[in-house]
Amino acid sequence: MRDTFVGNRLPALAGVTTVLFGIAIALIFFYAPTDADQGISQRIFYFHVPIALTSYACFGWGAWKALRVLWKRDHRADVESYVAIHQGTIFGALTLVTGSLWARATWGHWWLWSSRQLVLFLVLFLFYCAYFMLRFSVEPGPRRANLSAVYALFGVVLTPVSFLAIRLAEDFIHPTVFTRDGPQMTGSMFAAFCVSLAAMLTLFATFYSIELAGKRIDAQIRELREALS
Amino acid sequence: MSEKYVAAAYLVVFVAVLAYVVIIGTKLARLEAALAELVERVRARG
Repeated sequence: MRDTFVGNRLPALAGVTTVLFGIAIALIFFYAPTDADQGISQRIFYFHVPIALTSYACFGWGAWKALRVLWKRDHRADVESYVAIHQGTIFGALTLVTGSLWARATWGHWWLWSSRQLVLFLVLFLFYCAYFMLRFSVEPGPRRANLSAVYALFGVVLTPVSFLAIRLAEDFIHPTVFTRDGPQMTGSMFAAFCVSLAAMLTLFATFYSIELAGKRIDAQIRELREALS
Repeated sequence: MSEKYVAAAYLVVFVAVLAYVVIIGTKLARLEAALAELVERVRARG
């Protein structure tokens, strides 16, 4: 069933991702207007925010799979949780890098330690970096799966804190685009943002499927090698 | 002035995706080699 997915649906998913990225780039640079306040640097927003939201989605998916490890004793969910968190950490690193470039272009600083939301996202990122240290310091087996799952569930609590910090912070340095009154941008800007978000989420789905398939084949080869020795 | 930061932001994402694809490609080649070795071992056993 899963091999069928990799064999048949994965190329389609990769194709959809490529098409969505093409449309997103065209909308960002040829359709969305230049922001009156920030100028061209605002165009980083169309990649930076979808990447950040995708990293939250990855951590959330990883926590859901971790919950399945602890609740249903689903041993397959352990590697699924690990792969989702791995992807989330990659998207998290990209959030920090693109955010830093945007900060330099608009605020004139690469990083501001006084901005709570930046520091909170860094804490979230470092927390998930430590997940790998914990995971690989324990021998493979049920103990490692349980420890990793508990850690992943603790980590997901930080995600809404990081997300809400942008709204609750009092320093007003980090822009708040999505308010209770809806998105504070034009329709064409919002369309570019939505397509970009869809592109990032399908990129995550594609990479998640590829990495998961690789991990499973690796495990099967290891089992086969042990059986033959 | 801001253009170079915009270009850098998009370039970073592109390079990251490319690096990921290269890493996955390398891993796939390693898996293929391991699988070929196992097939050889099975054949040698008769």
